[in-house]
Amino acid sequence: MSLLQETWQAYTDPLNDGWGRTVEHIRLSLTALALATVAGVVLGITAAKVGRGAAVVVVTIGNLGRMVPTLAIIGIIVVFFPLGFWPAAIGLFLLGIPPILVNAYTGIRDVDPGAREASRGMGLSRRQVLTRVELPLALPLIVAGVRTSAVEIVATATLAGLVGAGGLGVLVLAGLGNNQTEVILAGAIPVAILAVLAELVFAGAERLATPRGLRITRGLATQRGTA
Amino acid sequence: MAALDPAPPGRGPAEVAAGVLELSDLTKRFSAHGRAAVDGISLTVPAGEVCVLIGPSGCGKTTAMRMINRLIEPTSGDIRLDGRSVRDFSPHQLRRRIGYVIQQVGLMPHLTVAANVATVPRLLGWDRERTRARTRELLDLIGLDPDEYGPRYPAELSGGQQQRVGLARALAGDPPLMLMDEPFSAVDPITRERLQNDFLRLHRAVPKTVVFVSHDIDEAVKMGDRVAVMREGRIVQYAPPAELLARPADDFVADFVGADRALKSLSLTRLEDLDLLPAPLVRAGDEVAAVRARLESGELEPLGGTVLVVDPGGRPAAWIPVARLEGQVRVPADAGQADPVLDRITTLRDALSAILESGAAYGTVVDGEGRVTGLVGLDEIGRAIRRPAEVA
Ligand SMILES: Nc1ncnc2c1ncn2[C@@H]1O[C@H](COP(=O)(O)OP(=O)(O)OP(=O)(O)O)[C@@H](O)[C@H]1O
Ligand SMILES: [Mg+2]
Repeated sequence: MSLLQETWQAYTDPLNDGWGRTVEHIRLSLTALALATVAGVVLGITAAKVGRGAAVVVVTIGNLGRMVPTLAIIGIIVVFFPLGFWPAAIGLFLLGIPPILVNAYTGIRDVDPGAREASRGMGLSRRQVLTRVELPLALPLIVAGVRTSAVEIVATATLAGLVGAGGLGVLVLAGLGNNQTEVILAGAIPVAILAVLAELVFAGAERLATPRGLRITRGLATQRGTA
Repeated sequence: MAALDPAPPGRGPAEVAAGVLELSDLTKRFSAHGRAAVDGISLTVPAGEVCVLIGPSGCGKTTAMRMINRLIEPTSGDIRLDGRSVRDFSPHQLRRRIGYVIQQVGLMPHLTVAANVATVPRLLGWDRERTRARTRELLDLIGLDPDEYGPRYPAELSGGQQQRVGLARALAGDPPLMLMDEPFSAVDPITRERLQNDFLRLHRAVPKTVVFVSHDIDEAVKMGDRVAVMREGRIVQYAPPAELLARPADDFVADFVGADRALKSLSLTRLEDLDLLPAPLVRAGDEVAAVRARLESGELEPLGGTVLVVDPGGRPAAWIPVARLEGQVRVPADAGQADPVLDRITTLRDALSAILESGAAYGTVVDGEGRVTGLVGLDEIGRAIRRPAEVA
């Protein structure tokens, strides 16, 4: 029997419950990603509006986020909270914020000052400038940030197995503990697949989020039908 | 400047009357101790006139303009539009009644041209049909076919076309006042001249009160009914361009206006103010026999042995030698060329430059619809230059 077949058996074995773990993994990742998106976008817009001082904070948070291992964050959270879903979700949420925050900030900051000035001059309120001009123009970059976060969260959610939050990490840990390669793979392969799926889905979303007018600027426009 | 043309057929008179703009003792200090960016300026722009603010970089032109639509709040002084202080309106309401055109254009890159033009009508809550009709009307007015250009995105337009759309967008809500901050300075000289002429033609059709910032004295003389020369936040001279050229208030203005004032005064007169040379016109498709009859009766006098062929709409097509008509039944539609073709709104300065550049003996003058109204050569321009000199 090939290793691949053994892995599939381990995945479908009711004792391992590969499918159930996969669902847990997805649920945990999506929860963390949704929260991180809301927080990242709100903080990014706020920072862009507050001005120069906020830029320093944003960059610092961005760099810190990349430096501090999520495992450490989860460890710290575990000290203060009971084991389970939420400590893992919060750790992943914190992991997911920086890319979205930095991109939302950059996206809003990079909006053509002329477009902003003209919008204000035509009588759009600050809120209308944000919702009708700045956000649509920043959206592709924001979605790109979400994509980065999604991939990181899905990969890192494997650690959730350590703190009793379930997910595919449980299989990896069990396999490591019992020295069963096929069980390790029954956890690791689905994680890899999920990460690739997240990448593909959000890459598609990024294209959809890019307004036609911007695709033209970037030379990505598909030929317009001459009607 | 000539009186306003009657509204062209097909369009009613301007729906909104232009407003009188008064600035009184307007001052802006960006910091409590620093020099005032705008230092107690007062001026009145009569309804429907173009006031050009001009002066060296940093003299406060943009600051003065942005106080009018309250993008900057004055430190002191007041601004009244038709007698009402701009402070009586909320900034948003005020801005929707004031057209705003800037050098960077600032079209929304994610919206189509039509949607860009529709921005203010939508803010004003116009219904769909009215907004659509207005958008089409404006695109037509600025010379962009609504069906072709309406669905395009700004990135699919040239710089000059973008600035036209910026102009249409500012006009969309039919504001009584337009603010234009160096609107044509980011395009090449040929496009700039065309945009200037188009703007002037538009302004006649739909008179608005306009404040126009420029750093180019030629542009100021050409566009302005009045020109305010600014220096370090103050107005040094506020006068019609002819007076500015003839009697600069001080050395600063004289310097600014430059040494070649006589040449610049060519921008004060337009082709429509001249006695043009009648053009020897023949229509494409006319019977050559009829043309020959006109030649024999002396009604048609060829210039240098050539006649000017126009298309059925009266637009210039080509100069052709009379000899070319031999052996033909009808006047041919095309051959040769009729350059330079000059709108009658063109200033003598621009016309002279175009004629010299083309090497042709005559420029073909056309009206707003492109129909030939006459010819202009160096003699006609020369007579116009000497005339004011005799009067003076
Ligand atoms: N927001 C601001 N804060 C502080 N100072 C400002 C601000 N805006 C303008 N200034 C200063 O006010 C003065 C006038 O500036 P303004 O932009 O009105 O000049 P301008 O005549 O439009 O110049 P340019 O021809 O270069 O556009 C300048 O000294 C400028 O540095
Ligand atoms: Mg300026």
